[in-house]
Amino acid sequence: MKRVFADLHLCLNVKDVSATLQMFKKVAGLGYGLVAVPFVPEARAEEVTKLRTACKEAGMDFASRVDLRPRTQNELMYQVRRLRRKFEVLCVACENKAVARQAAKDRRVDLLSFPLLDFRRRFFDKAEAELASNSLAALEVDVKPLLVLSGPVRIRLLSSLRREVAIAKKFHVPIVISSGVTKELLLRKPREMAALSFLFGLDEGSALEAVSQNANSIVNRNRDKLSAGYVAPGIRVVKEGRDC
Amino acid sequence: MKRVKRRYLALKLNSNGIPRKKEFIDAVWGAVTKLYGEYGASLTSLSIIDYDVEAKTAVLRTSLATLDLVRASLASITSVAGSEAAVHILAVSGTIKALQK
Repeated sequence: MKRVFADLHLCLNVKDVSATLQMFKKVAGLGYGLVAVPFVPEARAEEVTKLRTACKEAGMDFASRVDLRPRTQNELMYQVRRLRRKFEVLCVACENKAVARQAAKDRRVDLLSFPLLDFRRRFFDKAEAELASNSLAALEVDVKPLLVLSGPVRIRLLSSLRREVAIAKKFHVPIVISSGVTKELLLRKPREMAALSFLFGLDEGSALEAVSQNANSIVNRNRDKLSAGYVAPGIRVVKEGRDC
Repeated sequence: MKRVKRRYLALKLNSNGIPRKKEFIDAVWGAVTKLYGEYGASLTSLSIIDYDVEAKTAVLRTSLATLDLVRASLASITSVAGSEAAVHILAVSGTIKALQK
């Protein structure tokens, strides 16, 4: 079966329609079949629909995404409760350890991301991985910093990523590789993203899974949950009314 | 002595400017040495077979053993001759003849 490549973190200025359309065409030309754009939590449904239509015109599937930056566990719980049914992908930027642990435990959280340059606050250790492996959260790795940084900062980042990827593999936590880019010239083909992940120790097979299967399964799972007939895992309403 | 297996890569340069061959070669070598150092770069047996300034395409030769290393380096290129750029791999092949097909 042909792989459907996905980029779950395409940063766009959604207000600039022509630039957004151009970016979608470029992404489709590079071989992606699914793209997710982060929205602010207050985004209206019309904004999401507009982008979904534009993305469809470019020949790709679209998923809405929200990035949460809670400061406390309670704030995280409140935001997840409020926004889970509104967006297809929910990512938590873990700014402190308590939030990171809670996000890893919560089955409603899809992606865990950590501060790129503050290496002391990259909390993806064995305990975090164990919690994430029991829930459904995946580790998100953006390739943008690998492209824009250089020198000792990139060396340190690669070293952190190598350690985190090794832990994720050991605990069977899925890894999702996203672009995180805002500019067209920083976009890379899916196989090039996979090649870049070779720098932090992902083999070709796992890297290709990280840009296709892992990302697609998150979106498909959430679409299934958000559909009208969903009751619980494995239980769906197939028919209702008098003729049941 | 064991024969060294090679791979040919067809590349497409996406940039605002029109870089000359020398500038493109410098960008590729720069990316490889930046990521893997001079020792790593020496293992790649990298050489530019062809470069078309108009079409902004190139053919590169490397050893099979270091193909992943070269792929990662090419993906990390963000500027050529001072202007923003991206290098995309169009195809990889064992012979130039198959690459041109």
